[in-house]
Amino acid sequence: MPDGGSTGIGASVKRKEDYRFLVGEGNYTDDINRPNQTYTYMLRSSSAHAKFSIDTSKASKANGVVKIFVGTDMEVGSIPCGWQVDSKDGTPMREPAHPPIAKDKVRYVGEIIAVIIAESLEDAKNAAELVDVNYDDIPVIIDMQDALDNSKGLVHDEIDSNVCYDWELGDSEAVDKAISEAAHITSLDIRNNRLIPNAMETRSAIGDYEHATGQYTLYTTSQNPHVIRLLMGAFVLGLPEHKLRVIAPDVGGGFGSKIFHYAEEAIVTWASNKIRRPVKWTSDRSEAFISDAHGRDHVTSVKLALDKDGKFLALKVDTLANMGAYLSTFASSVPTYLYATLLAGTYTTPAIHCNVKSIFTNTVPVDAYRGAGRPEATYLIERIVDKAAREMGISQVEIRRKNFIPVDAFPYQTPVALQYDSGNYNATLDAALKKADYEGFAARKADSAKRGMLRGIGFSTYLEACGIAPSAVVGSLGARAGLFECAEVRVHPTGSVTVFTGSHSHGQGHETTFAQLVSEKLGISTDMVEISHGDTNNIPFGMGTYGSRSLAVGGEAIVKAMDKVIAKAKKIAAHIMEASADDIELNNGNFEIAGTDKSMSLADISLAAYVPHNYPHEELEPGLDEKAFYDPLNFTYPGGCHICEVEINPNTGEVKVEGMTAVDDVGKVINPMIVEGQIHGGLAQGIGQALLENAAYDNNGQLLSGSYMDYAMPRADNFVDFKVGNEVTLCTHNSLGVKGCGEVGAIGSPPAVINAVVDALSELGVDDISMPATSEKVWNAINQAKNKN
Amino acid sequence: MYELQYSKPSSVNDAVAEVKNSSDAKFLAGGMTMIPTLKARLSSADLLVDLKGSNLSNISVSSSEVVVGSMTRHCDVASSNDIKGSLPALAKLAGGIGDHMVRSCGTIGGSLANNDPAACYPSAVLALDATVVTNERSILAADFFEGMFETALNEDEIITEIKFPIPEKASYIKFPNPASRYAMVGVFMVKKTDEISVAVTGAGENGVFRCKEIEDVLNSNFSLDALDNIQISDDNLTSDIHASAAYRANLIKEMAKKGLKDLI
Repeated sequence: MPDGGSTGIGASVKRKEDYRFLVGEGNYTDDINRPNQTYTYMLRSSSAHAKFSIDTSKASKANGVVKIFVGTDMEVGSIPCGWQVDSKDGTPMREPAHPPIAKDKVRYVGEIIAVIIAESLEDAKNAAELVDVNYDDIPVIIDMQDALDNSKGLVHDEIDSNVCYDWELGDSEAVDKAISEAAHITSLDIRNNRLIPNAMETRSAIGDYEHATGQYTLYTTSQNPHVIRLLMGAFVLGLPEHKLRVIAPDVGGGFGSKIFHYAEEAIVTWASNKIRRPVKWTSDRSEAFISDAHGRDHVTSVKLALDKDGKFLALKVDTLANMGAYLSTFASSVPTYLYATLLAGTYTTPAIHCNVKSIFTNTVPVDAYRGAGRPEATYLIERIVDKAAREMGISQVEIRRKNFIPVDAFPYQTPVALQYDSGNYNATLDAALKKADYEGFAARKADSAKRGMLRGIGFSTYLEACGIAPSAVVGSLGARAGLFECAEVRVHPTGSVTVFTGSHSHGQGHETTFAQLVSEKLGISTDMVEISHGDTNNIPFGMGTYGSRSLAVGGEAIVKAMDKVIAKAKKIAAHIMEASADDIELNNGNFEIAGTDKSMSLADISLAAYVPHNYPHEELEPGLDEKAFYDPLNFTYPGGCHICEVEINPNTGEVKVEGMTAVDDVGKVINPMIVEGQIHGGLAQGIGQALLENAAYDNNGQLLSGSYMDYAMPRADNFVDFKVGNEVTLCTHNSLGVKGCGEVGAIGSPPAVINAVVDALSELGVDDISMPATSEKVWNAINQAKNKN
Repeated sequence: MYELQYSKPSSVNDAVAEVKNSSDAKFLAGGMTMIPTLKARLSSADLLVDLKGSNLSNISVSSSEVVVGSMTRHCDVASSNDIKGSLPALAKLAGGIGDHMVRSCGTIGGSLANNDPAACYPSAVLALDATVVTNERSILAADFFEGMFETALNEDEIITEIKFPIPEKASYIKFPNPASRYAMVGVFMVKKTDEISVAVTGAGENGVFRCKEIEDVLNSNFSLDALDNIQISDDNLTSDIHASAAYRANLIKEMAKKGLKDLI
């Protein structure tokens, strides 16, 4: 297309947003300062489980202190969970109260016990040291097995168990029958390690109450400002939407951890009214470790039944999922609807049953983290498939091909509720095998052996469900909100465009990708398009960004709004050019009368719409500004093949990633460069989980990995050059054909890495290694295997 | 960080005087541990006396000795052609500390005075029998390190330079902690004219130590495979969430095996 072609769909347009970030002129929450602002220090519990009393009288008199609030000062609603899950016996999940400030009992290290508001942060911190807290410790529940035993204690006295719900999905009878009759059963016990999200920007929030108008504004590091407005306004503080504005400006990464409504947001908003001054809080890094919701933390037993030829007959899964001390916003949905529904993976397993007990412990709340439930499902499927292949003497590739859902079987109904619309798993596998030079692996292994090293290759032919989510479906499952998206496309009088989107970019590059949609559809360059997001007063409505939903749901809403713009523009063009609207065609950005050389540009039409002198007033309103809501009909189903190759030094147990190949089917690709970047980031997090990252608690509930001295964040030298490719099957139920790419890297890669490690060690008889596969763990496994042999 | 004053005197004498005249002053020698500790309020001072202006960052190399001023930054040791020529293991050690930013601020004197049990430099000082020169005296390496974060330094004493005798050969091999990138185990090996000395950092419960087990073997049998069947005791080695004492013992052996290749 003449104008927009170079910046349309499929072009690797450089990210429009990067200039301001690179020159240090992003506008993050902590960059914002309000007149007469105060500063807050959150005093947090140092005990994991205790009754406590608190005396702030001395601290209140400290220099610069404006006000100190404790739990009993803040009588508001409980911080809500956004998803209702019922146990298999029909009883609703146990949902203990979650006050923003703990009142008389603390349940994890990091829980807020006092809010110190002062003229400066240093004043607040100084005063915090004068607060007198007496803890009366109660036995701590850290291990989920311990939590199942009521005699070991209860995290919440007011409920009779540490089990939040005992939930199931699938046909347990069919599974048990298949297992009892199967030629082969493979079993595996798995821990999906607890992770700490570590977004580059720590959380921050400013509450600003305007007394004269009664208007509240919350500036916050959020992935979904409208959702925060809903949860905090309706459930915690009782504020109606029209009096509450939530602004999430530039946000420096989230990975899920900034979806949730956190206590600090409610506290600063509420306190700004109490003290009639703006209240600012910014987390420091140490604080983030004990106050941002953690991710993963599942313990699972899994059984796979196979016939004599290696065909899967049934999968049986029993999972304990750690919720931490309180239910965070998405927590209950992660190990259920985002997990058990994924257990078919890319395979035709006819019978699946999954039982999930979610458990309260005296740890930081656990919630969605890049992938959220789907990495946990993928990890167990791809690990047990690998183990089964090894036990049955079938190759890792062959067992997968044997069980793939064939290309002609779509739409494919799984036994765990989902209906996949499209995919071609052999295509991604074939492309990945080629890219990873699978044929050359034996030679590389021989070369490693010559040097005394062990080499292994591991596969993951994964699938995920994203584009979250069809409201009707999630509503029936217990979501307390619809998961549609909204967009407004405003064509300005001279033909430039502003898109208002309910999606929220915190690193994803929406300002570029969404502009490319406009460029493609309306035939203007991305330079003529601005993307606006993150402010409930500017954006009609929005559900935000998570679950790889922005393009498949948010982008589709933009397309729907553009369709309305185009329809109206055609009518205007038809009126001015004296033709029938049916004869107007939009080609390369021009509205042409079919079969003639008469045409108008978008700018001509928009000018006419705003200066409507010659205008079909009886039929049309002036202006060219359209809004659309889009609710998807189904999830989207990206999938693909990740292949990892590792070399292990048997003397030290060191695992070195030598190759990482990812061929993904994320549907139609709008900006290949951005997609590749998303895959790279996801792979980095996946490899980080597999080899390095682990949130470890001691028995007293103290976080042992509470800083970068002890929490191993992956760095560039932990990786190799990733080989990334894509094979496209289009999503069949959105017009763009897009599926989503934000999470696939983190979902697909961990089992590929661990399968590679196990493959390298398999010649010694090792058949399992847990995440993270640290050098000591690998060294121990090698020694144990040697001692056995 | 608690409120504090900052000064940057232009001589060692002035720096010492400022510290003596203050009730709770601390020297600042790069600050790569000090500043984060202060920021986290784990430590406090009423005055930070920055040694950056005290002319302590010279490197001089003779035929027998490498002398490094205490305020020499890791990046300067790493990139010094003189050190690379005469004691390359020391340059390599410095180049492997922290990241670019740490190497551009952190100093050898700061590292030694702090004596972090996982720091790299103490192993070089101990294995090379270096001399730690202060504003008051000269301290032999064997007398300088007194356990985790403990040294022979007096309250107001400043390291001014470190004198490293140049050996026949030396090597440093580090197995980094995957999180902090400090040494989980670091082994500095030195071939002197008459003996082998080996110092280990990152592993000892009392900080850096000479590894007699390895030294004895190599002093009687200095050959490539001499360490292949050695068993290092895990007594007095650290166990933490990153590595058990037994694993650290194994790493000492494996790092020494690697380092031995550079000595032979």
